[in-house]
Amino acid sequence: MNYLKNVATLKLDAETCIGCGQCLAVCPHEVFVLENGKARIADLDACMECGACAKNCPVNALSVKTGVGCASGILSGILRGGDACCGEGGCCG
Amino acid sequence: MTNCCRKNKCCAPKHEPWVTGEIATPVGKVPRVGTRVTLRDELGALRVRFAIGRMEYTVPPGLYAVGAPTPESPVFVSANYKLSFDYLRCALGGTSGWILVLDTKGINVWCAAGKGTFGTAEIVSRVQQTQLDRLVAHRKLIVPQLGAPGVSAHEVQKQCGFQVIYGPVRAEDIPEFLSANFKTTPEMRRVHFTIHDRIAVIPVELVIWFKPALGLAVLVALLSGISRTGFSLAAAPRAFGLVFTGWLTGGALVPVLLPRLPGRAFSIKGLWAGFVLWLVLLSGSLGQLALPRISVFVGKATPPAEPILGNTPYELIGWGLLLSAIVSFMALNFTGTSTYTSMSGVKKEMKIAIPLQLIAAVAGIFGILIGGLQ
Repeated sequence: MNYLKNVATLKLDAETCIGCGQCLAVCPHEVFVLENGKARIADLDACMECGACAKNCPVNALSVKTGVGCASGILSGILRGGDACCGEGGCCG
Repeated sequence: MTNCCRKNKCCAPKHEPWVTGEIATPVGKVPRVGTRVTLRDELGALRVRFAIGRMEYTVPPGLYAVGAPTPESPVFVSANYKLSFDYLRCALGGTSGWILVLDTKGINVWCAAGKGTFGTAEIVSRVQQTQLDRLVAHRKLIVPQLGAPGVSAHEVQKQCGFQVIYGPVRAEDIPEFLSANFKTTPEMRRVHFTIHDRIAVIPVELVIWFKPALGLAVLVALLSGISRTGFSLAAAPRAFGLVFTGWLTGGALVPVLLPRLPGRAFSIKGLWAGFVLWLVLLSGSLGQLALPRISVFVGKATPPAEPILGNTPYELIGWGLLLSAIVSFMALNFTGTSTYTSMSGVKKEMKIAIPLQLIAAVAGIFGILIGGLQ
């Protein structure tokens, strides 16, 4: 199951990457592969922008705009004038 | 003692039914938990699956023991949502280890990690509070992989000296992970959204959308009761029946059929489901409308049937618009329950879908109102 094409904001700076493989270890959707001692984004459309890779990259080679992929959360954020939030709406089943 | 959980009476876990004893350690007594899930635990799980007291289903944060752990035994980090904690202790049957429960305000690991409550700061402070460095000889923490969006492994190591090892997504894979010397396979790291997963979330979906559906049904029932001769509630059962058919389609059928519904955007998947539902009801209604005319030819007297969607083209089309809007909107909101949608994607589809859903719903209700006035 893949979501919308070409929307994920995930970016990898191949120059900075040291090929430690931590992004492969934390990604829940097998977005990355390790090739010639460097990580590469193999399946961008599978990225759900959870931010696990960027948070665990020891050299900050990854960037992604993280947030909840949840319409109720985004709606309640807009309606309350704050950030997208899960919780009372119970969007995070 | 720096351990708040032993000072604070409110979270003294001694009397919890899943605590089976205590272990004396250099950092004080640590409650030992059972690895079998009892009927009571299962009823609790069933209850939260129906969204009853889901936000208060918690375990006191702190340190726990499983089996007969030694200073060499592994440390597993968990959230204080009891469903998460139960999955973990159940998977640890036959092993000995320590469980470090973080305070995630009763939220599961993945969602809490997204919010940051299951995060670097909470791990570091919980490690220090429980004096974990005095309890265990090694410096390793097994953190569930789905905690990674909130945890920075290298930061945890820098701040408290413990190395974070990401364990499998599903607790049931822990025994295999342990016997493979703390190595996860690609399969263990992959998040799925199986038919089983999708069925398990249906009750919560239906409960959450019950009140909005009820409100909408009341509104439509009242509006469709207005006619030129006055007001009547004769059409109210139809309004309730149809709105709740939409509710059931969006909350149960869409999750079940999710991968089979056309399109990538959830609002489009929902639109298809709503449209097909309408086609089914429409063909039924047209059949009902045609029946008396056919029976004139065959010579049998058929009692005049009240068509499911109504008598007028306004109602037939109005219900199509309203049902499509309901199911599409519920499907769009299912992005939050699904395990693979990104915020950028959801925002993109919302920008187009929400205005269209709103227009369709208003136009649909308007059509039903006009139809009643005919």
